[in-house]
This record gives sequence, structure tokens and C-alpha cells, in this order.
Amino acid sequence: MQTLTPERRKELELKANDVREGIIRSLLAACSGHSAGSLDMADIFTALYGFIMRHDPQQPDWPERDRLLLSCGHIAPVRYSAMANFGYFPVEELLTLRKFGSRLQGHPERLKLPGLETTSGPLGEGLAQGTGMALGAKLDHDDWRVYVVTSDGEHECGLHWEAVMTAAKFKLDNLTCIVDRNFIQIDGSTEDVMPLEPFADKYRAFNWEVFECDGNDIGQFIEVMERAKAVKGKPQVIVANTVPGKGVSFMEGDYTWHGKPPNKEQADVALRELEATRERILASV
Amino acid sequence: MSSTETLDHAARSMALVDYRDAGALKSLPTRNGFGEGLIEAGTLNKDVLAICADLAESTRMDGFKKAHPAQYIEIGVAEQMLVAMAGGLAAVGKIPWIASYAMFNPGRSWEQVRTIMALNETNVKIAGAHAGVSVGPDGATHQAIEDIAIMRVIPHMTVVVPCDSVQTKKATLALTERFGPVYLRFARDKSPIVTTDATPFEVGKAQTFRAGNDVAIVACGILVYYALIAADELAREDGIDARVVNNHTIKPMDEASIVDAARACGAVVTVEEHQVHGGMGSAVAEALAAKAPVPVEFIGVQDLFGQSGDPIELIEYYGMGTAAIKDAARRAYARKRG
Ligand SMILES: Cc1ncc(C[n+]2csc(CCOP(=O)(O)OP(=O)(O)O)c2C)c(N)n1
Ligand SMILES: [Mg+2]
Repeated sequence: MQTLTPERRKELELKANDVREGIIRSLLAACSGHSAGSLDMADIFTALYGFIMRHDPQQPDWPERDRLLLSCGHIAPVRYSAMANFGYFPVEELLTLRKFGSRLQGHPERLKLPGLETTSGPLGEGLAQGTGMALGAKLDHDDWRVYVVTSDGEHECGLHWEAVMTAAKFKLDNLTCIVDRNFIQIDGSTEDVMPLEPFADKYRAFNWEVFECDGNDIGQFIEVMERAKAVKGKPQVIVANTVPGKGVSFMEGDYTWHGKPPNKEQADVALRELEATRERILASV
Repeated sequence: MSSTETLDHAARSMALVDYRDAGALKSLPTRNGFGEGLIEAGTLNKDVLAICADLAESTRMDGFKKAHPAQYIEIGVAEQMLVAMAGGLAAVGKIPWIASYAMFNPGRSWEQVRTIMALNETNVKIAGAHAGVSVGPDGATHQAIEDIAIMRVIPHMTVVVPCDSVQTKKATLALTERFGPVYLRFARDKSPIVTTDATPFEVGKAQTFRAGNDVAIVACGILVYYALIAADELAREDGIDARVVNNHTIKPMDEASIVDAARACGAVVTVEEHQVHGGMGSAVAEALAAKAPVPVEFIGVQDLFGQSGDPIELIEYYGMGTAAIKDAARRAYARKRG
């Protein structure tokens, strides 16, 4: 089990701030795209690429790599920004997001960009594919792991629960599902659109090992992920409580930022706030 | 250009806007027409329901939600549920309109559509939003360009692709009245409005929007406008007089009008924002192969997936713009003359 030193933690927090900056810049350049979920998952993607996963940006098809699937493909900007900030491609390429000819399609396409494990956007399909990958690893006695990032809204899709059942049947302890529990979706609060609570109990009833954490606290997230990795005989879910739009004050907690990019003025304010956050992290002990 | 002459008799009998006059044209997304039609349908008949899968604003069901809250149902991201639950509601006398992106409904829910709506014949109406590559920056995963094919292949289904927002409103009202399973397809981006309130609309009745006997351009959806512009330019540039047919109902198709156009013109171009395989062009080709074989050229996506980009940029890139339609018309015309 790795331990997170305070220095390392600070580095990761600075990196998460860079990831957020990349999200804002790319969304501004694209003039469309999804702000809230992308921002709220910046800490988790930073922890995954920067601490948790076995991966090599120089060798995206390394057979021994851990597999990271983004099931809720609409928050592609966070994955792209994390990939760029961890060396998969130049950060400047983020400005091609959603443009004609770009490798950074509006929703991630595996055939366009090395390092993506699948094509996603249509919700609810990631965990089923992750289940297949994790089962494949078991059949071959491989030791790499599978991480599937899902949104809370996509828990309304039937296929997701078919995968939840199946992963438990095959005792896929090499599979971890991370849920962006931000309580929003397009038409409003998840609990108004389609009540999902008691959320964690649903997974427990399906024989999963359940962890909860503050998804915007890198230290907490890493700690529960390390515990999840140690679980034997069961797939694990991390219910990561996040604040939609995290890091940009005027977006935080507001569902209307689900599928909207900032305009120039808003992006300027956002970038200034992120700059202030950077100063704060640097000054912290 | 602004027009000096009046529109031809076909366009006048259809009460069209002078589409040649860019200044006179208004543009709105076809989905707006659906939203307006749906509100009116809900007023006319309280059994009309709108069921939404977390896309109220995108599909333009949000207006209905405000106007008729008691007839509005939100079920979240669950497109198979959308169809199956609507089947149940229809079975007890409701008239449910269900809406999502075409990619997910009927894309994800196709087997439920076939069994519950068609085989079991229930009075469920699907609104397929964001069809075509003109969805734009969302990219291939969200660009439904196979939906006409998968819907028109189902027995008992009605498939309608209106040409502008005014016609989409009329189609929404007409399809609400028509008993049985229905698929209405529309687009995301704004597009020119060529019809008016006075333009007739009847499900299953193709419309001649421009007279001409050299080549027939049979189009549907937002590309009908492109076809009209192409025809106008062909007349000026090549002296080719193209007939333009708005083939809005792909099933049951108005075969008589299509066969008439093919016989009169001797060559056909089909135009749709869809794969060339299996869509409206295929329906036309099937009818003509059996009843009036003539050279046919197909405008549509040539067996490719879409991608992110600007809507107009994508329409041009995939060979569905005015220049591509003109080229296809020239090819069809040359083929008929041997
Ligand atoms: C199968 C499917 N249906 C509908 C959509 C349209 N859609 C995109 S995001 C979204 C909202 C889902 O909520 P969530 O993923 O929790 O959104 P977020 O927290 O990022 O705002 C919907 C309905 C889709 N992508 N896939
Ligand atoms: Mg959410």
C-alpha cells in the first residue's frame, strides 16, 4: 500500500488545479461542452493518473496498464485535461476540443485518441464493459485493475445495474466503480428527476463493497481507493460526494452548468479564482 | 440573391416563403416546432402526455412541462423504460409522446419499439431529437444517422421527417391524431423556414416544392432547403430544370408521387441527413426499382460515422451541401441521357 506524503499531496492538489484550468480553457475554446461534472471530477482524475493507476503515458497500449473507463463521456474535458497534464499529449491540444478534425471529440472516441479504453457518451455502458475487462483479466490471471468512472445520473440506466449484478456474480475484486455523486443531472436534482437514495445501500444489496468519501478531497479519495484495492472476492464502489462545478464559485452547486461552457468573461473570473487557489495551496503547509 | 421573379407555380401552390431571398428567410430549429405542436396537442386532448428522459430543454418538452404540468412525466436517463412505460400508458388510453435524442430513442430502445409499439400496436409517439450530423460538436456518439433505416424497416411504423420548424409543428399535431406507432425525427441546429402556416401538410403525401422535368430531387428534413437552393442554381448555371419533392413521410411513403416524379424527369437524386444505406433514398430506390427504374444518385453520409465540428461544416464535409447536390443532379441528368 502506498502512503501519501504531505509533499506529494500538495503536488497533486496543484496538479488538480492545472487540470481545472485546462478544463476552463478548453471549454471556452470549444464554445460548448459540460462544465459542472468535469470540474467536480478534477481531483479524482488527478489522483487516478497521478497516484493510483499503473500507467505509462509514453506507452498507452502497455498490456500491463490499469484500465480507466469514463462511462459518463460528457465529462470528457476532465479526462482530456488530466491526460494532457500527465503527459499523454501537449496541453495546447486541449484548445482543439470539440472542433472539426480534433482528436478530442465532444465525447471520447477510443479510435481517435491513444489512452482511451473505450468510446463513451451514451450513458450507462461503462460498467458493463469494465466488467468484461475485469473478467478477462481474471481469466488470464493478469494483475492489472479496472476503474470505471460513472455519474450518478447514469444510475438510472438499466444496463448499469445489469453490470452491477454481473460483477458481483463473478466476484470481480479487480474492478472498482467510482461514482461522481454530485446530485445533479440535466433536468435538475437527481432526487427530483429520479430518486437514487438510498444510493450506497443499493450497491450493498447487490453484494458490492461500498466506500464513501469526499470526492473533492484528494487525500480522502486516495485512502479509500487503497482500502478498496485490498478487498478480496467483491467488486468495490466508491461513492464520491462532489460539488458540481467545484473550484469555480459561480458554478458550484448549480445544475444549470451541467452542459454549458463559460463565456469569455466567466472564464476569466474562473481562471482568476483558480490562480488564487494555486497561491493558497502553495502557501499551505 | 434577392428574387426578381415570383416563385414558380408549384412553390406558390404550396404557399412557400421565397427561399431565394436570404433576407426574407427566418431560421429556427425544427425541434422548436415540435415543442409548439406538443403544447397545442396537450391543450386539445388531455390524454396527450409528454414523457421525458432528462432532456426537457434539448427536446423542447420544457414548454409542455410549463403549460401542462399534470400531463408531464419525467423518468430520468432510461430510454428503454421510456418506450415500455409509454406502451403501458397507451394501453390504458393515453397518447404518450416520448422524447430523447434519436441516438438513444429509438437508438437504444429499438427492440422495445419493435415489440411494444409496433408488433403490439400501441399508440406511442416517438420524438427523435438531435438527428443528423448537424448536432455538431457533441460528435459521432450523439449524431443519429441510422435512425430512419431502423424505424422504416419496422412493420406498422409511421416515419416522418419534416423540412422546417413550421412543418414540424403541423406534423406533431397530425401524428398525435393518427392512431398507432409513430416516429417523428428532427434536428438540433436552426435551419431556414421555407413553409408557412398556409402550406398544406398531410402525413403520407409528398409535396412538390418546385416544378421541373429534367431531374427530380427528392429530399427530406432540413436539407429540403438545400435542395431548393441547388435547384435554383442548376437552372441558372446549367439550364437544368429540377423538380424538388419534399418527401417528409418515409413510411408509409407516397410512392405514387415519387413514381410520377421519376417518370416525368427520368432521373432522381435523393437527399437526406442520414446514411445513404437504408434511409429515405433506399426507400425511394426500392420503389423505383420495382415500378419506374431510372438513374438514382444518393446524397447522404457515405457509410461513415460523424464527428465533432460546426453543423454547416459537417454537412459540407459529408457531401450533403448545395454543391454536392448539384453535382449529383448533373450526374443523374447525364446518366439518363446516356
Ligand atoms: C443514454 C443516454 N441518454 C441521454 C443522454 C443525454 N445526457 C447527457 S448527460 C445527461 C445527464 C446525466 O446526469 P449526470 O451524468 O449525473 O450529469 P452531471 O452530473 O455531469 O451533470 C444526459 C441525460 C446520454 N448521454 N445518454
Ligand atoms: Mg450527476
